[in-house]
Amino acid sequence: MEFDTQKQLVIVGGGPAGLAAAMEAFRNGIAPDDILIIERDRELGGILNQCIHAGFGLHMFGEELTGPEYSGRFIEEVKNAGVGYVTNSMVLSISDERIVTFVSPEMGFVRMKAGAVVICTGCRERTRGALNIPGTRPAGIYSAGTAQRYVNIEGFMPGKRVVILGSGDIGLIMARRMTLEGAKVLRVCELMPYSGGLARNIAQCLDDFDIPLYLSHTVTEIRGKERVEGVVISKVDENRRPIPGTEEYVECDTLLLSVGLIPENELAKLAGIELDRITGGAVVNQYNETTVKGIFACGNALHVHDLVDFVTREAYTAGRSAAKFIKDGGFEVATGEIICKTSGGVRYTVPQKLIKSVTVPEELKFYMRVDNIYKNVKLELHAGGETLKSVKKRSVAPGEMESLTLGAAECAKLYSLGVNELEITLLHSEEEAK
Amino acid sequence: MEKIYDIAIIGAGVTGAMLAHKLAKYKLDVAVLEAGCDVASGASRANSAIVHAGFDAACGTLKAKLNVRGCAELPVLAKQLDVPYKNNTSLVVAYGEEDEKMLEVLLERGRKNGVPKLEIIDSARLHEMEPSLSPEATAALYAPTAGIICPYDLTMAAAENACINGCEFYFDYKVDKIERDGDILNICAGDKTIRARYAANCAGVHSDEIARLIDPEFPIKLIPRRGEYMVLDKAEGKTVSATIFMVPSKAGKGILVSPTVDGNLLVGPNAHEVGFKDDTSTEAMGLEEISQGARRLVPSANLRAVITSFAGVRPTPDTDDFHILPSAAAGNFLNLVGIESPGLASSPAVAEYAIEQLAKMGVTLKVRDDYNPFRTEKGHMRKPFRELSNEEKAELCKKEPAYAKIICRCETITEGDILAAIRRPLGAKTVDMVKMRTRAGMGRCQGGFCSPRVVEILANELGVSPMDIKKRDCGSDILCDKTK
Repeated sequence: MEFDTQKQLVIVGGGPAGLAAAMEAFRNGIAPDDILIIERDRELGGILNQCIHAGFGLHMFGEELTGPEYSGRFIEEVKNAGVGYVTNSMVLSISDERIVTFVSPEMGFVRMKAGAVVICTGCRERTRGALNIPGTRPAGIYSAGTAQRYVNIEGFMPGKRVVILGSGDIGLIMARRMTLEGAKVLRVCELMPYSGGLARNIAQCLDDFDIPLYLSHTVTEIRGKERVEGVVISKVDENRRPIPGTEEYVECDTLLLSVGLIPENELAKLAGIELDRITGGAVVNQYNETTVKGIFACGNALHVHDLVDFVTREAYTAGRSAAKFIKDGGFEVATGEIICKTSGGVRYTVPQKLIKSVTVPEELKFYMRVDNIYKNVKLELHAGGETLKSVKKRSVAPGEMESLTLGAAECAKLYSLGVNELEITLLHSEEEAK
Repeated sequence: MEKIYDIAIIGAGVTGAMLAHKLAKYKLDVAVLEAGCDVASGASRANSAIVHAGFDAACGTLKAKLNVRGCAELPVLAKQLDVPYKNNTSLVVAYGEEDEKMLEVLLERGRKNGVPKLEIIDSARLHEMEPSLSPEATAALYAPTAGIICPYDLTMAAAENACINGCEFYFDYKVDKIERDGDILNICAGDKTIRARYAANCAGVHSDEIARLIDPEFPIKLIPRRGEYMVLDKAEGKTVSATIFMVPSKAGKGILVSPTVDGNLLVGPNAHEVGFKDDTSTEAMGLEEISQGARRLVPSANLRAVITSFAGVRPTPDTDDFHILPSAAAGNFLNLVGIESPGLASSPAVAEYAIEQLAKMGVTLKVRDDYNPFRTEKGHMRKPFRELSNEEKAELCKKEPAYAKIICRCETITEGDILAAIRRPLGAKTVDMVKMRTRAGMGRCQGGFCSPRVVEILANELGVSPMDIKKRDCGSDILCDKTK
């Protein structure tokens, strides 16, 4: 395939993942002018630019920053280092030979051959259409993120009397934000019997403002011709089906949806990258390399995170690995793979597999989510009949990502076992059963 | 002195717009009066988007005649007006002997109607053509002349062509009174009046009411029958290649599964009478009904990939045929009533037929010398960015950097495409008008990312505040206030 120009490293997406991946590649020896971050929005920073609330960076910096402050630190690093970037620019395709086709008002239509590519395209929000909520199709239905953009970036209020469906973090944050801006948030409805958001957000965004959270409830009809006039809310049974007779009509002019995030991987699909059906992101190894050589993935494009701090860490791995790939032309010859399986209520793990490199890694970090709320459990990593790691957890929940880290000794042990698979599982205790 | 039009067309759906387009080549002053704020605001916006071959309508009906003619003309017209059309063919699928008998009936009827190349194919050939069809399907009626087209794009194209040829459009013009003033018709909407020598009632689901404004005895009653649909992600667009129908029943042609010209998969419609004509809401039961119907045809259809659902209301006449005749009460008022499915497929032929009627009613048809048969003043319309070749994209980005700025990520719609949609004849003024013209917001994120940008572009281009930009009609405010 033809190309017009070349760079050692192309980073698709200039949000927190892309910025951190670029900086880490730079620190690992890639020349700043040989890196190009391609950002589709007007500015670098990604979705953090509209997250003006505090609470970012506790793990990375030990302090509570706002979204723009957090991304600002990385943007400054990128600018100071002279790392290349373009904004208002969008990648149209990535080929399996790492030819990145993009358009940019500055550069025009470009086909760029990259030594390595890091996919940092973030995620999008699930929509009313995807939920198939019946009713009319008026103005006044927004995803929480779109409403957040209107309020925090554009300076406009999308509504006054608000019902929020879904207790994902953005929905919770927007419940507080809309309230502070003078709107009345009537209620937050959550289909599941538990919230999908962080516990701290329930406390700080709903409880502190007396906004009621209706668990096991959903919106079963939208009414209103031109603008939303109200929604019908129903209780759901244990199979999440609306229970007839429980309908309640709530008058409102706005419905915000915070019903899940979906990693954006249309480009990954074009490149022929294998996707994980559960995460919706790429299948990667411990280098954050996808199933296509030299293409890496991290951040919310890989799997949806709750905390940007973990995105940054993951992006460091991807950036470092991409730099290594560029300099060494790949990773050392592997003797096979270890497939990472899950069970016992663990829905997925990232990475999904390990390359059995000759050199034993000094640390291996796994991220995972569980499928329900469990109390007093042990999160364990098993391989070859042995328990390599066991961590006690007082409580785990789908809304909070878990992680497991293997230190040097545990890594050495894993590699010495000669296994082709490992398993990450939850050990349920008797106390939990009670 | 107020202007007197030669012809006023009431309604800018596909029937009215196509009539305006076909009349544009004559030396006539034509006005189109539309109740909505855009063309294709009613049934032309929400239907199956199918160019039916013509075997459904009973032999000898006007519907049968105009369907077969329209189906033959549309591919040519679509090319002339830059409307994507695909001859994807259609299959009516039988499950067992009862159904197969019905296929014979349809085949016989189709041949009498003059549908070319119809044939019944066996299960083996059927499954070879459409591997994802239910294994229980035993045979099918294959119609090689059937196709798919975007109904609102066709309507817009016809209207834009009429517009550049001098036809005048009045939107938000909801006709509520028609007076006869000698040979002139005063067609009123609130305190506004348009005067015309002739009128054509193309008011779709409301055409019976319009007909009664001039003739209270007008006999045909339209029964609003709603059809619900689901649109599936483009990843599912290749599930089938032909349009797949069930064997029709009394309620209509039944639920179908079809690709769209834009690459999505369309599932629906059901058919239920509704209390009022503009009830385009969807219901959980209806969506479940079409899901079940779709699964019966294509068990592997991934219905979880739905990106949106919608409903349209059919103007079903109690006479079961198109009615294209002058009003019994006024010889200069032409009614086009009950133009339900296959009204889209028939539209060019319906317009031609209506013009024959108008000629009989006394309209003089003199061909203009300066008629422009194309969609824009300069000829063919520029293709959207996403459909250009790499070389064309590179060239355009260099010349006009607005085309290098993607606004709708899901459908690859550039700022240049959106500006063109705002600036062209009958250009976009609302977010939905941009969406109908460019597909911005029609993809899998359903406008989540692009709608704030579209609002901004519209506000800048129209010189208004973002708070003045509506979703669809007046009242459909997107933003209600500035932040504190």
